[in-house]
Order: sequence, then structure tokens, then C-alpha cells
Amino acid sequence: MHDRPRSLLDKVWDAHAVRTLRSGQTQLFIDTHLVHEVTSPQAFAMLRDLGLEVLMPERTFATVDHIVPTHTRVEPFEDPMAAEMIAHLRRNVAEHGITFFDVGSGKQGIVHMVGPELGLTQPGTTIACGDSHTSTHGAFGAIAFGIGTTQVRDVLATQTLALSKPKLRRIEVNGRLGPGVYAKDVILHIIRTLGVKGGVGYAYEYAGDVFDRMTMEERMTVCNMSIEGGARFGYVQPDETTIEYLRGREYAPQGAAFDEAAERWLSFRSDPGCRYDDVVEIRAEDVPPTVTWGVNPGQAVAIDEPVPRPEDVPESERAAVAEALAHMKLEGGKPIAGTPIDVAFFGSCTNARLSDFVEVARYLAGRRVHPRVKAIAVPGSERVKAECERLGIDRVFKAAGFEWRDAGCSMCLAMNPDRLVGDQLCASSSNRNFKGRQGSPTGRTVLMSPVMVAAAAVTGEISDAREVFGVGREVVA
Amino acid sequence: MSAFQPVVRVSGTAVAVPGDDIDTDRIVPARFLKAVTFDGLGDALFYDERHAPDGGKKGHPLDDPARAGATVMVTGANFGCGSSREHAPQAIRRAGFRAVVGGSFAEIFFGNATGIGLACVRLEEGDLADLTRRVQEDPTLVVTVDLEAMRVEAGGRGYAASMPESARTALVTGTYDPLAELLEGLEDVKRTAAALGHEVRR
Repeated sequence: MHDRPRSLLDKVWDAHAVRTLRSGQTQLFIDTHLVHEVTSPQAFAMLRDLGLEVLMPERTFATVDHIVPTHTRVEPFEDPMAAEMIAHLRRNVAEHGITFFDVGSGKQGIVHMVGPELGLTQPGTTIACGDSHTSTHGAFGAIAFGIGTTQVRDVLATQTLALSKPKLRRIEVNGRLGPGVYAKDVILHIIRTLGVKGGVGYAYEYAGDVFDRMTMEERMTVCNMSIEGGARFGYVQPDETTIEYLRGREYAPQGAAFDEAAERWLSFRSDPGCRYDDVVEIRAEDVPPTVTWGVNPGQAVAIDEPVPRPEDVPESERAAVAEALAHMKLEGGKPIAGTPIDVAFFGSCTNARLSDFVEVARYLAGRRVHPRVKAIAVPGSERVKAECERLGIDRVFKAAGFEWRDAGCSMCLAMNPDRLVGDQLCASSSNRNFKGRQGSPTGRTVLMSPVMVAAAAVTGEISDAREVFGVGREVVA
Repeated sequence: MSAFQPVVRVSGTAVAVPGDDIDTDRIVPARFLKAVTFDGLGDALFYDERHAPDGGKKGHPLDDPARAGATVMVTGANFGCGSSREHAPQAIRRAGFRAVVGGSFAEIFFGNATGIGLACVRLEEGDLADLTRRVQEDPTLVVTVDLEAMRVEAGGRGYAASMPESARTALVTGTYDPLAELLEGLEDVKRTAAALGHEVRR
């Protein structure tokens, strides 16, 4: 039936295509629908107005993350709108029989942490959520993407979406990453190389031995930011690493059913010789510790590079560079390293998993946050928080002067009380450095890996973690 | 859930919001997402671009009295990148716009916009620059976005436009809200679900 070699995208798409719509789009079945408090209330209201039911409530899972406070869990929450939005979600999930991981359940967290942790995120499945960072779940070889609120309604009512199949670009990264270079640097480098609109119209297949060697949590960091490169989703093919991660997870099949599932999961891998619309190759050795200097994630430099000057770039980009420099209050031609910071934010669906905390704690132990810096550490989920506390990692952060918070999106998008004030500059492990993103219209965000955030927190300025902490030196020794 | 009003032609004065990579955080800052309806979002449109921190107006073209009632927005490439928030196209529509003319559109934004009948069409770079300049110069310039001819016309000058055919069809036939058609396929949906190994309740 399928003689032609197919990519993972082809296989998942074919298996989930219900039919072709009159517009030519595909009606695509969605296996797993994730819901949070900010983009869902209108969808449930539309459903109610239309007199429709949730077709398959067992395929939707909800949690609260965007607006939930991280400094206290005492209710009622200070922000009455936060309380109202969360109350709406609680009411909606109860009314429709949807599984809900509420605050204090031990399973609450950023929706893109929760899915993988619980084993809801599985290879070869389709996953949708009213959040653009749904691309995170592509780490498992799932086709996972963000949708709008009207589409949340569509999934609730029909468990399907009207979609067009994207083109496929394979991004191969081969070789050895240098010391102090993390998954975050790989994706920032990819976006810098291909541009923030480079992926529009494409899905990304991340391949090559660098991704083969990555842990699931590292793959999630990469796939998370696919959308920042314009690709609605990206994926890594499922392999033994994927299977071992899922073994024993609550919502993964158990026992003999797991082995059957694992075999099926691996069958979704792209066939040798399948067709790609584009192939990009990147040498791992060329990926530096990368930080952003501007107002989109593609405006990035190596930590030891200067910030670009408008006259260094093609004329068509000059105005944008000048505008970004003005917002960031940075001078072109000067090094980014040494720029003073006001806030260090370690959190978000990009980088707030256990391995991120373990890695930072190695270097933060015995260090102190610079007195000028407000530093907050926000575990991505209640599970990550509990595990950090079991391992004593919270004590390392607190002793260093970090505020140790409860799980949520927090200062990544500043819908809760965690936000920048005035033109504060934040070293951030999150995914977006858009103007105003962290809650102040004049606030400034510099994206980087968690270890680089820790280095900036300690020195009070954008710093090369390799120098501050001797990162990587232990490899050579 | 019958067919919606077809969107075949949008004609009106325009506002230019030039620049590439305008993200949805800029179109609607996150704090305006703290609401359980989309009502009133028109006022949140480009809020921080329009207002100084003290609340005073910055003189953004959207606040130019000569452009009140504009129905066409002219912008750059990769418009609507970033967050999936449907609040962005909702705000644009609720501020009175019925079409956006740009160099290209981020995909989630484009899907959200089309789904609520906001037509997003692309122009070639040179044409877009020309149209942008003319809109900036003349607040009375009437811009017509014609989805049947796939052209943008302004003051006697025409530009070839483009848009994915599926979206164009949906808009001109008034079927851009896909829910009715998705519901028609429920038997097929259940068949696909069963083939995927899911338990399906009849």
C-alpha cells in the first residue's frame, strides 16, 4: 500500500487523516488534546452556545499554568482575574468529564512538562493545545502543534482539526558539541542560522548524531523552540531513548502492551530515502554558547561575539536591527558579555526540567547571586519541584539567593505577578525575547541556556559560563 | 452554524503598521488575555506600541483620527509570529479591520485569522513597499482587497496578491469556520479513531 518511502510526518499524517475537506485541507484526528486556563474559556463558551458536547472527553487533559501564581498557592489568588479564569477551567472540566491536574495534585505544571512526565505524549500521535509551544512534544516523534481558541472548540467538538500538511525540512546536526554548549544553544543557533521566518510552511525533522545522543529532556528543549524559527512543529524520531523514557509512565501502556506499543512507535520512524523538501546540515562544532541581543529569538550572537551594528547587516534588515538595539539599549559593535542584568529567570517550558536543575545546581553550589540581581527559579511542574526538593537541589538555589517558586509559566510571559519592571534586563532561560514579553513594555529579555542564566545571576552581567564556572573543564581534566 | 458571510472583497481606508516579524505579544500584550471572552479586545490592539508607560498616546497610526474607520491593515513579513493567541486576530477584527495585507503570515496566526473571516493576503516585497508608502502618505486612499481576482487595488494601481487556495475558497464561499463540515464527518472520525486503537463510544 505504501511502497514509496515515507517520512514520520507522512506516516502520522496518513494514519490520522479522516478525510479531505472541500477547501482541500485535511480533517485530521487529534489523539491528545491539552488544555490550560488562558486559551480555553472562550472555546468552552462557544461549545455551550452551539449546544455541543465534548466528543471524546477522555482524550483531553487539562492543567493550570499560564496565570497561576508561583509565589503562593493560597487561594483565593490575589489577582481576581486569575481566580476567575481558573474557576472557569475547573467548572468546564467538571461539566465535561475532562481529566484535570489541578494545583496541589502533584501533577500540575506547565502543560508541556505534564504531558511527557505522565506519559501522555507518545510517538506517532497527534497532539494539539492552545499554546504555540506544543511543538515541545515533537521530541517524542509526535506531530504536536499550537492552535487558536476556535480550534480548541473544534477539537473539543469533533476531536479533529482542519489543517494543511506542511512541507518537511530535515535539519541534521552532526559532530560533537563543545564544552558548555547545551540543547538550548543548538536551537538558538538553528534559529539564528535559518531566521525566525525560515520555518514558515515547514515542519522540522531534527536528525543527526547530536540529536541521537540527546536525552528526551534535551530534545524537548530543541523541539519547544521550533515555533520560534517559524515552524509550527518539529520532531525527533523515536528511538530507544524515547522508549526508555516512557517505560513505566502513568499513561503509557503497561506490561506486554508497552512492548507492543514500543514496536509500533518505532515503525513511525522516517523510511530511508524518504522525500524532504529541504535539507540543512549544521556542524555541531560550529554551535557556540548563544545569547540573544534583540527582540526576536533569531537576533542572537555567540557569547564572545559583539552585538551587530546596523551597518553590518543587509540594508533590508538595518531598520529592524536599529529598532532592536534601541529597545535593548545596547550599542552595536560592543560585546554582549558584560551587559549588566537586573533579573535572572530560570524557568519555562523550554528549560525547567529536572535535568536543567541538576545541571545548574552543579555549578551554583557555593555561589551567591549578585546583590543587584533578583533571581527566581521556577520548576516547570510540581513533580520537578518535588524531585528537586528530594535531591536537595532547592537548598542549593535558596542558599545562592534564588527565590524558589511553585510550578507555572511565570515570567516567561508574565501573566501572573512575576514580571519585569520598567526597563529591567532579564537573563532568561525562556523562549521569547519579544518587546514587552516579560510584562513590562520597556523590559528587556536576553535568552540563554539555564547554566548561562546562573552565570549571569552570579556575576550580575551577561557572562560566559565556561569562564565563570569552568564549565566543560571537567571534561578535559 | 450555517454558512457565514462570504468574504469576497474588502474595501476601505487603510493603516500601515510596517515592519517584519511583528509578534502576537506585540499585537496583544499578554495581560489583555486575562479575560474569559474576546469582548473589548479591539482597544488592546498594539496597546504598548500606542501608549507610553504613563498611558499617554504615542501617536501611532492606529490613533490617527484621519484613519478612523479603516478596514485594511498593511504590514510586513512573518506577521503574527510567536504565541498562538487567537486574541491577536480577534483584536484586529474587533478594531474594525477586515483584511490584512502583508509580506507573509505566521501559520498559527493565519489559521486563526482565516477561521474568523479576517482575510490575510500577501504581496510581493516591492509592491508591499509601494502600497505601504502610499497608505502612509494618504489617509484617504481606498484599498480594495479582492479575493476573487486575487488582487489588491489602491488609487488606480493594482498589485497581484496571493493566499493559499484553501483559505481563499473558504473565505469567498463563507465556509471559513470549519466546524460544520468537521461535524459532518463524525462517522469517519469514529472510524479513524477505532483504526488508531482508541475506544469509541457509539
